[in-house]
Amino acid sequence: MTEPGREATRSAIEAVWRIESPRLIAGLARITGDVGAAEELAQDALVIALEQWPLRGVPDGPGGPGAWLMATAKHRAIDMIRRRASYERKLQEIGRDEALRPENSGEPDVDAMDDHIGDDLLRLIFISCHPVLSPEARAALTLRLLGGLTTAEIARAFLVPEATIAQRIVRAKRTLTARRVPFELPLRAEIPGRLTSVLEVIYLMFNEGYAATAGEDWMRPPLCAEAMRLGRVLAGLMTREAEAHGLVALMELQASRVGARTDPAGEPVLLADQDRRRWDRLLIRHGLHALVRARTLGGPPGPYEVQAEIAACHAQAHSVRATDWERVAALYVVLGYLTPSPVVELNRAVAVGMAFGPAAGLELVDALVAEPSLRSYHLLPAVRGDLLRKLGRSDEARAEFERAASLTENVRERELLRRRAAELT
Amino acid sequence: MRYMMLLAGTNPATPPPPELFEAIMKLGGEATQAGVMLDTAGLLPSAAGARVSLTDGKVTVTDGPFTESKELISYALYEVRSKEEAIEWASRFIKLHRDHWAGWTGSTDILQVMGPLEPAGP
Repeated sequence: MTEPGREATRSAIEAVWRIESPRLIAGLARITGDVGAAEELAQDALVIALEQWPLRGVPDGPGGPGAWLMATAKHRAIDMIRRRASYERKLQEIGRDEALRPENSGEPDVDAMDDHIGDDLLRLIFISCHPVLSPEARAALTLRLLGGLTTAEIARAFLVPEATIAQRIVRAKRTLTARRVPFELPLRAEIPGRLTSVLEVIYLMFNEGYAATAGEDWMRPPLCAEAMRLGRVLAGLMTREAEAHGLVALMELQASRVGARTDPAGEPVLLADQDRRRWDRLLIRHGLHALVRARTLGGPPGPYEVQAEIAACHAQAHSVRATDWERVAALYVVLGYLTPSPVVELNRAVAVGMAFGPAAGLELVDALVAEPSLRSYHLLPAVRGDLLRKLGRSDEARAEFERAASLTENVRERELLRRRAAELT
Repeated sequence: MRYMMLLAGTNPATPPPPELFEAIMKLGGEATQAGVMLDTAGLLPSAAGARVSLTDGKVTVTDGPFTESKELISYALYEVRSKEEAIEWASRFIKLHRDHWAGWTGSTDILQVMGPLEPAGP
């Protein structure tokens, strides 16, 4: 094969890997009971594919390259288990499992694999987002196991050194083994708590991409896209969980604004100044659809659903003026009950300021100024500055914008805040 | 990265076998489960449609069919991480036709859609 041909095959293999690796790892984890071993076996199969496929072509049999990868990895899993005498009982399980497989029966047995695939994936999501791991470790492990991302790609996404991510993943796997976390679905009674842990990780990923907390860029879209994809996967596996749909709705509605959040020079554009014609219609439609699903599942709305309701108020309004700010303010009251936090209260102040005038908003913000947890939160002076500006108190407003600029670690946002301060001189 | 896939082709005289539909549904289910399928639908023959065109400053409306081109059969909208991933899904879709409907010929055009999450241009 020619060099460009080889390169094309390599890219094709990487694409297959991205598509197949979560199912592969999930299936292997069911067999081995060990996520770390499952990932290594899957990686081994990838290495073999990278050696063989450029020479022999990408497998084209029943089940395609995915079935080939699975069969290859399973053979290695069996070898591994055979080498470990202590896994005698497991060996019998595999032996029985293997008897049902296509290579023994002569019949393609894709269905038998499919019966498990949903549950296996769900088990993998729950284990990689297990509460025994820190949220950062959960995020890295989830991107690795369910996103098929390399350590380097994850490091780039979170703007941390590759070695840090590598260590985070190794430690996470070690913790799961040491704590004997089983490859099982949580019990019915545990699901709400465990689901919270999963949703938290997906939203953390999304937010890290949507509002980069540090660095040069205002957003890192690939991370947003991956979080949305994982959210859709989860909602598809847990169709009756309103909060899973609520989170999908929230992410899609927020992401619909991405195209309008920066100007051609890459500078951030605030919600009030965005050209709403640039909002993505497809994501809005998808997000609203997911929100309707969350609503119709009934029960009291959870925090993601309420935040999605707020995002929907914006998505459906043609302008800032046309926004139903009273509804937004009321939704922040609900959100405050569900997840009391000074940040929610600050957002409520913004909505109240829009619905009932800047003086009413400022009153709420002033009550938060003494809040210790907001002492270095740049959006507090940013919001206060905006309300003061609307009240014509320019000097105070400028001081607040400058203070906000000094508190943010995002370069683009700092420049925006400095510009807002400068406009008042 | 968002991709629009447009399937065009020539159907053989035989009716499409039920196995093909089943396989298409199954693949669609997999793409949905993978979180990458945003939208898809089949298209009626162009005989049911029309064309509005502008030539030399003159707007004309022509009823279908558009005989000069292959019939568009369906579209799908994917959100994937690379062009190669889009190609892989499209290849799987085309192979279903090869495996289940003898004599079918056609192609899928993969076009990148300007989406909110990526810069324009290759």
